[in-house]
This record gives sequence, C-alpha cells and structure tokens, in this order.
Amino acid sequence: MTETSAGRTAGTATETKKFNIDTVENAARTPDVELPWAELGLKQNEFDEVVKVLGRRPTGAELAMYSVMWSEHCSYKSSKNHLRQFGDKVTDEMKKDMLVGIGENAGVTNLGDGWAVTFKIESHNSPSFVEPYQGAATGIGGIVRDIISMGARPVAVMDPLRFGAIDHPDTARVMHGAVAGIGGYGNSLGLPNIGGEMVFDSVYQGNPLVNALAVGVMRHEDIRLANASGKGNKVVLFGARTGGDGIGGASVLASESFDDTKPSKRPAVQVGDPFAEKVLIECCLELFKGSLVEGIQDLGAAGISCATSELASNGDGGMEVELTSVLLRDPTLTPGEILMSESQERMMAVVTPENIAAFEAVMDKWAVEYSWLGEVTDTGRLIITWEGEVIVDVDPRTVAHDGPVYDRPYARPEWQDAVQADVFTGSVQDAGRPSAPAELAAAITELVASPNMCSKSWITNQYDRYVGGNTAMAFPDDAGVVRVDEETGLGVALATDANGRYTYLDPYHGAQLALAEAYRNVATSGAVPMAVSDCLNFGSPEDPDVMWQLAEAIRGLSDACMVLGIPVTGGNVSLYNQTGTTPIHPSPVVAVLGKFDDVARRTPSGWKEDGQAIYLLGTTAAELDGSEWSNMRGHLGGLPPKVDLAAERELGEILINASRDGMVDSAHDLSEGGLAAALVESSLRYGVGARIALQDVLDRDGVDLFTALFSETQGRAIVAVPRSEEIRFKDMCTARGFAHLRIGVVDAEGGTLEINGVETMNLDALREAHEATLPKYFG
Amino acid sequence: MTELPLIGEAVAVAAHPQLAGAKIGVVTFPGTLDDRDAVRAVRLAGATPVALWHADTTLGDVDAVVIPGGFSYGDYLRAGAISRFAPLMSKIIDAANSDARLPVLGICNGFQILTESHLLPGSMIKNDHLKFMCRDQVLRVENNTTAWTGDYGVGQEITVPLKNQDGQYIADEKTLDALEAEGRVVFRYVGWNPNGSRRDIAGIANAAGNVVGLMPHPEHAVEAGFGPEDGSGTEGLGFFTSVLNKIVGDNK
Repeated sequence: MTETSAGRTAGTATETKKFNIDTVENAARTPDVELPWAELGLKQNEFDEVVKVLGRRPTGAELAMYSVMWSEHCSYKSSKNHLRQFGDKVTDEMKKDMLVGIGENAGVTNLGDGWAVTFKIESHNSPSFVEPYQGAATGIGGIVRDIISMGARPVAVMDPLRFGAIDHPDTARVMHGAVAGIGGYGNSLGLPNIGGEMVFDSVYQGNPLVNALAVGVMRHEDIRLANASGKGNKVVLFGARTGGDGIGGASVLASESFDDTKPSKRPAVQVGDPFAEKVLIECCLELFKGSLVEGIQDLGAAGISCATSELASNGDGGMEVELTSVLLRDPTLTPGEILMSESQERMMAVVTPENIAAFEAVMDKWAVEYSWLGEVTDTGRLIITWEGEVIVDVDPRTVAHDGPVYDRPYARPEWQDAVQADVFTGSVQDAGRPSAPAELAAAITELVASPNMCSKSWITNQYDRYVGGNTAMAFPDDAGVVRVDEETGLGVALATDANGRYTYLDPYHGAQLALAEAYRNVATSGAVPMAVSDCLNFGSPEDPDVMWQLAEAIRGLSDACMVLGIPVTGGNVSLYNQTGTTPIHPSPVVAVLGKFDDVARRTPSGWKEDGQAIYLLGTTAAELDGSEWSNMRGHLGGLPPKVDLAAERELGEILINASRDGMVDSAHDLSEGGLAAALVESSLRYGVGARIALQDVLDRDGVDLFTALFSETQGRAIVAVPRSEEIRFKDMCTARGFAHLRIGVVDAEGGTLEINGVETMNLDALREAHEATLPKYFG
Repeated sequence: MTELPLIGEAVAVAAHPQLAGAKIGVVTFPGTLDDRDAVRAVRLAGATPVALWHADTTLGDVDAVVIPGGFSYGDYLRAGAISRFAPLMSKIIDAANSDARLPVLGICNGFQILTESHLLPGSMIKNDHLKFMCRDQVLRVENNTTAWTGDYGVGQEITVPLKNQDGQYIADEKTLDALEAEGRVVFRYVGWNPNGSRRDIAGIANAAGNVVGLMPHPEHAVEAGFGPEDGSGTEGLGFFTSVLNKIVGDNK
C-alpha cells in the first residue's frame, strides 16, 4: 500500500507523452480536418449541431466529450420527451416529501426526524452479456457511487435479473458470472442484498437484463448535489487511477497520437475493484461529516467528460481543468481517451481553498489517491487544457444538458391486435387443463418448480444479507426492509417488479402492473409507499414498434403514479436491448420505496402460529393470459390482468393498518403464479402448512378451482390473522368495502398443504421441488 | 482513535453498573465490513465499545479486542495476509501473549488475520463448493472455559449467521490432533459442514484460552429481529457477555 499512498503521488502527474494535440486554436485554423464522428456514434445531424454550437469544428477532445455525452445512454435523447411526464404528472401532495427530484444522481425523500433516504435503480445490461462477472459487479459499483454522491451512506442493494431460457447452454455462463459478480462486489462493500427478481425467458437470451438498485440514508443537512460553484474553489479527482478500460470505440482516437506502440484496445467493459470502492465510501462519508466538499459527482458513464460538464453546468460559473494532472494507470492514454475512460471507483469533488488541508488529511488516512485538476471560474465556460494548451473550450450546458432530443416516430405495432386476440383459454396450449385433485396437485408442484417460480435461494445464499445489522427482512419476503434509526426503529422497505409478458401484451397497463405489484409488495410488508424509481429496459427506439411500447409504458407508469400518489424520483432508461433485430419484451422494472415508523412492525410472508385464520383479500377473475401457467404451457397472448389502482390503494391501506395495529402476523401478495404460488410460498417460508377451502371464493367469484388457484388477478393478498384479531380485521375490511373471505387455517402440525379438491401436498416434497430447480441447472 | 460513522444513533441500553466501565476495542482495517455490528454487539452486552484504527500504535486502555469480519485490503492476497502487518496488530499480538492475556476475538476475516498472525494455528482456504455462502448456521459449543465462551454450556447449540468465501479451516493432522487433545476446538458445525472445514471445526482458541477465532458471526445474532430466524436470534450475545464477566471477575 505504501507505494501508492496519497502522500507520495498527490498532485504529481504521470509523465506526459507527447501527442499531436488538437488544440482549439488548431481546430479554428483547420476547419476541414476529417473527424471520426461516425465511428464515435454521432449522426451527421448531431455532428453538424456540434459545429454549430461551437462555431467551428470540435477538437478531438471535444468530439470525444460530445460523442459520449450525446449518446443515448447519457442524454436520454429518445426518451426525454416522454420522460417529462414523470415531472409533469405530480401533485403538490406528491412533492411534499421529495427533497431532491429527477435530474440529480438520485432522488431524495424525507423520512422525518431529520432523516432522508435516497435510492435509484440502473441497468448494466450490455456489459453483463459481454463479461457477466465484471458487468454485474460494476453495475453495483456504479449505482452505489450515485448514492454516495448524494451525501448518503449506502445501506442496501437489490438486483432484478432477467436471463435467457434456463436450459440454453449460454444461460449458465451469464447467470454464474452475474450472480458471482453481484456477490463478489456487493459482499465486499458490506452492503446487505435484500431482494430482487429472477426471470428466465428466451427473449433475454442475447440480451440479459442486469439491473441494480442501491439505497442510502443521510441526515437532511448532509444532502450533497453535483454542482461546481464558488469561483476559486478547487476541483479534485480522487479514488482509482484512470485507465484504458471502458472506452467505447476509442481506437479511432488513435489518430490523435504519433505513438504506434500503444497497447491494444482495452475491452469496453469496465473492471471493478470493490475494495477501492469500500474505501471510497468510508472516505466520502468522512468528507461529508467534516463538510469538506461543496459539490461532488461520481464518475460513471462518460467518465471525466460527464463529471466536469455536469458539475460545471449545474454550478454558477465555469471550470478550468488541466488534464495532464489526472493520475493514470496507463501513461499512453490520449486526452480523448482520458476524457472518455470509464475506469471505476473514481469521484470528483469541489473543495474550498480553506478545506484543502483537511481534505488531503482524509485522503491520506484512507490511502486514497487524489490529484487537484483545476478550479471553478466565473466565465461560464468549461476549459480543459493539456500542458497549458486549450483543447476543450465549451459551454458545459451544451455538453451535459442541451444534447439532441428526438421525437422518434412510433405507432401501435400491426401485430398487437393479433397478439391480444390470441387468448389462452381454449387455445391449443390450454388442452388438458388440470381439474382432478391429483392433476391439480401435480400442476401446483410443477408451477412452484418452474424456472420463474422456483426458490431463488441458490442465488440469494451467495449474497450477504446480514452485514450492517439492520436488515429486518429480506428475500424471500415480499419486500426488503432495512432499519435506518436504531433509536426509534424508523426504516424503509423496498421492492422491485416487472412483468415483461404483461407489458408485451399491453405496454400501458403492463407498466402499471409492475408499479402496482411493487406498491403491493411494499404495503404487504407493512410499509407506507412513498417514492418510485424505474429502470426502463426496452429495445431499439429507432423501431417504431418499440418506441410505441416505450411511450405507452411511460404514459402508463406516470398516470398510475398520480393515482397512487407516489412520485418517480429518479431512474434510468436502457434502450437497444435486443438480439439482432428481435427486441426483448418491454421490461419496465419499477422499484417502490416505503417507510416504516418502526421496522419491528414488519409483516413476513410465512405462517407460524397454528390455528390462525387465513383470509384472501380481493376478488378473483379468470385472468390467465400472460400468466406463469400459460407461460409454462408455451402460450403468450391475450390481455394482461386488469389494473385497478383504486383497489390497490385500498388493499395497501388495509395491509398497512393491519401491520401497524398487529392485526396480521403474516401477509403475502398474489402476483405471478396466483393463489397457488402464494399458498405454497407462505407454507414453505417457515415450514408451516395450512388447510384451505376455496368453495366460498368459487361461489362468490364464479370461477372454477383451477382458475381460483392459477389466475393472476391483481389487487389480492393472503393474510394470517390471530384469532383475537379476527373481528377487528373483518370489521376493518367491511368498513372499507373490500372483499375478504376466510379461506382456511394455519396448520402447524400436519406438515402438509391441504386444499379442498386438491390432493394433499407434503411440504417436504413441495420444498424439494421448489428448491431443486436452480441447483439442477446451475449446480 | 477514530469515531466510526454509524448509520443511526446507538441503541440505548442501560449499562450494567459493573460492566459499563469495561472497554472493548473494535478494530477497523481498510475493507473491514462488520465493525459497526461488533460495536453494536459490545454496546448491547453492556460494555463501552472503543473504535480502534489499524494504523494506531497503541491499544489504549481497552480490556479486550474484537477483530471483526470483512475483506481487509480486499483479500486480494491470502485473506488477512496484509492486515497482519498493521501497526496495531503487533500491539495486539504482544498484549495477547503478555502475562495479562488480553482477550482477543477474531470473527471471519478477524479469524483469518489471527491465523496469519500466528496467534492461532491453521489457515482458511476457499469453501469446498467454491461459492460465497450466507446462511443461519448451528454451532456446538465444545469449550466454555475460554475468555469468550464462559456464558455458554458445553454441548450447547447456538444459531448464528455464517457468511464467507474463504471459510474452510485447514491444518495438518498433527495440529488438528493437538487442538482436539488440548480442548482448543471451541465450536463445531452441526448438521452440515458449510465449507469443508477439517473435523467440522468452526472456531478454535489458543492454549491460554484468551484468543478465540471463528468463521461464523456472533455479532449478527445479538438483537431479536435482525439475526437468525431460528432460535432466539440473540444466541451470539453470549460471546460478549462472557468476556465482560471475565473482565469484571478478573478485576474483582
């Protein structure tokens, strides 16, 4: 460690190579030089726009910056016009607890008692297909740095995952790598992994979805924003050194260099160092505690290009930076490469001159390397020099915020009607629908052993859920719950959900269903839903069909947020998720955050106490289209379950009140796999069974037993009510006019799940079926 | 001495009048993860936790030391191999071997650091199934005469979380035989050996019984609702009350 200790290297730049530097002066003098804008991903109109903005051709370094910052990933150019709805469809009531909204590294929500919480979900899909371990690991690393940037201590992570078909030979490669990467990085940071999702579907074969969520907490006064203000304040880069990893298409910039002995092009996938990140977390928290930074920004996509332009653009002046001061892992990097590098575990901060010594002391204590790059100015320009020669001279807003915005054409796909007309009931795949007691028992066992419904413990046992000592609930319960304040028990609950099949059938309602399920999961745990973060995973926006799916999903999601009264505080859009020309199912992954006044009131999903009454809340319709059952039978068509947000809200309030007032000891939401899946999961949670009779449900709702068990009608949950609370609980449901039926009792003795009309199922056998699937495929 | 950045305020516990004066140091290395948890456990047991920094050159007046879990220096070399050279470690080694026999508990990465420091014999290699494993683990207490196990009964089974990548305890047969003969195997895995450790060994002690190391995490089983779901969830608290009772007993 001593060789790299900050004291020795601080401020001393790596020896600079001689490049043929393309200065601003040179650019103005040589307007006709050919630039590799197309190779860097810019379109002709975008390059023309750069020239117009600058009033001259860009330098190589400027071109590098604009190309990465105007990329779809950084600029949201295809989705921006639609994303506005998340900001527009917000009432004052929804804003009252929002301390920081969309646009910053992550949104911040007020928890009361001076506490605030920040959370965000992001994608790391493409890198996780190319190099699953590092792709998934750096996905965790990136989202955690977003949380630190807000001034928060990260306290938990979650990971919604979608892979190709479970039996495809390549799925094991991606799955093993991604799970090991999430574990390897997250476990080393000391962040409990408290939940997530796992879905297998061949639409994700060449394009898995590896999303990562992080949540952090802070005191109100510790909230930090990414802006560079105050003339004369110093700009510092700290953390890992800048290397050649994560440079997309940078080889074209070799034209900047005389030197043809450069190392071969580095992989575009970044490589993570969780130890460096852990040290960075503690080091940043110490900086915040001492109020030693004025503004801070993590380095993620587009690296220094993004950090300098965003800090300067959000600030009140400009910024001047000397690029040769950047500490490098590879001294042959060109200015353009340094600007574009996505090397991990780096942060940029703005520090007042008075705090420099204190800042350096913190860096030295944690042995974190740093270098002072420049300072904040009042010119309104972002100026980057190379050995004093100006290579970038731009208005930072034009780089960071005023990129191109597209109104991409979109239209309802021609095939949509045919898909929606192709219902499951009566289809070829529906032949031989189970009805006899033995058939139904076999169907339930098959369901809970199926790839999407089986136990995820093979994955979750590879993640540390205990570290921090504040995890009050984690997988497989409906939501992850973390305590924030040990004194009062104040805490947060988080759930993420998405159903690509529902959204494929109907993007508007499919996105709403994702929100409804995450909302229901949080309420089921007993927490009051407060805020939303979303990761919109879609195909190519240049395909009008996909663009329609995206537009509809955003419209649906933003409308539903209004009805449920919870705002979107941040998120991420991931486009071009497709294999060849075949897009993935539109997959808006929605995370909902809820609040507990005391996490001791949380409600787990499993039964414990013998004799407690089991109630089914909500009514059941025949809704099998897009269901897990139809998926198991190879069918996808029709319309997804109906959305009833008013009912979701009512159900949520019942579950929250019941939890707070001790009226239920267990609650589990009904979603994929319907009542059948929920009954088995609640039984297996603690190995305590039940005796269930559904005749009253069949009579009331006019459905058959198979439908009652496998339909995926929304707005439902099952709860276990102590005998002493039954009257109070029923009265509450009646008073609210919410459908509720007693469907059975908890049976702690039998070791079975008995459902009238279904052959009795032994819990040990169910557990074996439930838990064997992932080990069978992934060992 | 450094102050640990905690998330929330400390749990309010009325300090035991006899115990509050006892100071238990908790060491933080770069990459330590469970230090705040160890601090909480010490506090819940009724003592006063003292944060120790790896670069400190004095132990101050602590009555015992906990080396918590994590991935110190990333565990990129052998787990614990770098931390063992920290300035504070030489103080801990001296104090553990001194006549005063400072009680030292190494948990997970702390256990690895203790074997690298030769305060305890043997070593840890990667789990036999090659994966990180997080689960609630049943342990059997084999020796209740150490500084850290006096509040347990011999043969008592306790459930505490286990979470590690490199948890397979190994030593040569001679060393293992000696450990068994001298009663220095303090904990054994019950039901299932989660990492391939020789002779199901989960934790061991030095000859004097003041230094104990184990892979599972008693500091994660000190508060009901935040630890294992099986049992009381607080079956790890005995480690910390044991050492306090010993300190108080010694000072009588």
